[in-house]
Amino acid sequence: MNDLLARLRNGEILVSDGAMGTMLFERGLRSGECPEAMNLSRPDVLEDIARLYLDAGADIIQTNTFGGSPLKLASYSLGDAATAINRNAVAVVSKAVSGKAYVSGSCGPSGKILKPYGDTDPELVYESFKIQMQALSDSGCDVICIETMMDLDEMLLALRAARECAPRIPVMTTMTFDATPRGFYTIMGVTVERAARTLEDAGADVTGSNCGNGIENMIRIAREYRKHTSLPLLIQSNAGLPVIRNGELVYPESPEFMAEKAGELVDAGVSIIGGCCGTGPAHIRAIKNAVSSYTEYHK
Amino acid sequence: MELLEQISENLQNGFDEKVALLTKDAVERQIPPEEILSSGLIAGMNVVSEQFRNHHIFLPDVLLAARAMNSAMEVLKPLLIREGIPIRGKVVIGSVKNDLHDIGKNLVGILLKGAGFEVIDLGNDVPAEKFISAAKNENAHVIGMSALLTTTMPVMKKVVDLAKDEGLYGKVRIIVGGAPVSKEYALEIGADAYSYDGANAVETVESFFPVNS
Repeated sequence: MNDLLARLRNGEILVSDGAMGTMLFERGLRSGECPEAMNLSRPDVLEDIARLYLDAGADIIQTNTFGGSPLKLASYSLGDAATAINRNAVAVVSKAVSGKAYVSGSCGPSGKILKPYGDTDPELVYESFKIQMQALSDSGCDVICIETMMDLDEMLLALRAARECAPRIPVMTTMTFDATPRGFYTIMGVTVERAARTLEDAGADVTGSNCGNGIENMIRIAREYRKHTSLPLLIQSNAGLPVIRNGELVYPESPEFMAEKAGELVDAGVSIIGGCCGTGPAHIRAIKNAVSSYTEYHK
Repeated sequence: MELLEQISENLQNGFDEKVALLTKDAVERQIPPEEILSSGLIAGMNVVSEQFRNHHIFLPDVLLAARAMNSAMEVLKPLLIREGIPIRGKVVIGSVKNDLHDIGKNLVGILLKGAGFEVIDLGNDVPAEKFISAAKNENAHVIGMSALLTTTMPVMKKVVDLAKDEGLYGKVRIIVGGAPVSKEYALEIGADAYSYDGANAVETVESFFPVNS
């Protein structure tokens, strides 16, 4: 497969996958269980999910390692299993996609708040990320995606860990912003401008945003990023915030709606479009089709 | 500047050591502990909550202010207990079962403590039964639950149902929040209230208690 970054530099628009959590719950993840433990106990399920997203047309498939850093796994007393969990997670996705898509090693927040605001020593978080990054890298993932970060300092620790353990693997970095009347901020007070400039300076290969408050806000976030960085952009929007319809909780944004907006993300300068909470294979298929016809039309 | 005002301002700036020192100073000057609490510490936290709600400050500032509040409470708490000053109310909080997100819930705890409530934090991944037994054992006035995943929200309904079975319903008020939760959902499951953010949770809990005369 061609080099991911070279394809992005060439102006190709790629599609990444959708939500993981809901897929796991539909396939037997039980109350109180660690989602990442399924990499060891139910590799067949994770292979299935990867294949569903591959069939939907995703070019980049994420591993089930969002909470796969030892510090985060420690809340399930699985800290010592971090290396095995991350290795297996990459192995099952690699097997499912067999070279037809990039395997992206997911890394989410540690769940700790760093000193001086919280009680956790940054060095401890860095060491924890290093163990995860080493395992992801050793097992041969194609790209690392540090995602849903709200604290820029924690993001930088994870990025530094990735660079140290996996110097040859591209790193994508996404933060989660809230829409406030005063603009977009993470809960820790980070603006899009600060994230964009800081992450470009720190050597991230791709930057952007995930989760959030629906795809229309993501278009605004993408435009804001584009103003402040020349890095390729990755946007993985949720399908809006859930609402109740006929007594059932549903995410309001349909595959058709998100696909319709995908062109605006491309216009805003986004290179990789995927989904987050509330999106599934149907969303990814619709986005893929929209991106293909958009690229065809603008050739 | 008046001492209690200094306590409030230093708390807003998150200067924990200074706030503890000024609180000791206030105690030595025979200012009643409940006045130090309400006109110094809670007054300061109210400003912090307000600014946080308006997105003028963010979580780091709230965390530093909360730490300053805690450092002062270490000085004040023994005095408040000795003088038998009743707490404002007791609130049991937690993230519901299988839901591991806890930033929102922690924030609610910080702001409730800041507003003078006693908070029993059951942590993450709390099963319905545990909310009920904690509320009973602690004689809590309020149960506060947070969920960040749609798949975990049914636990909230289970807590309401258990509260009805155990005769707590109506006595212990139940408040719910979290990204996927809505006012409609709160109504539907029979919770007493829904809060859209941390500061609003404090206002809601306050509304459960009659104004001090």
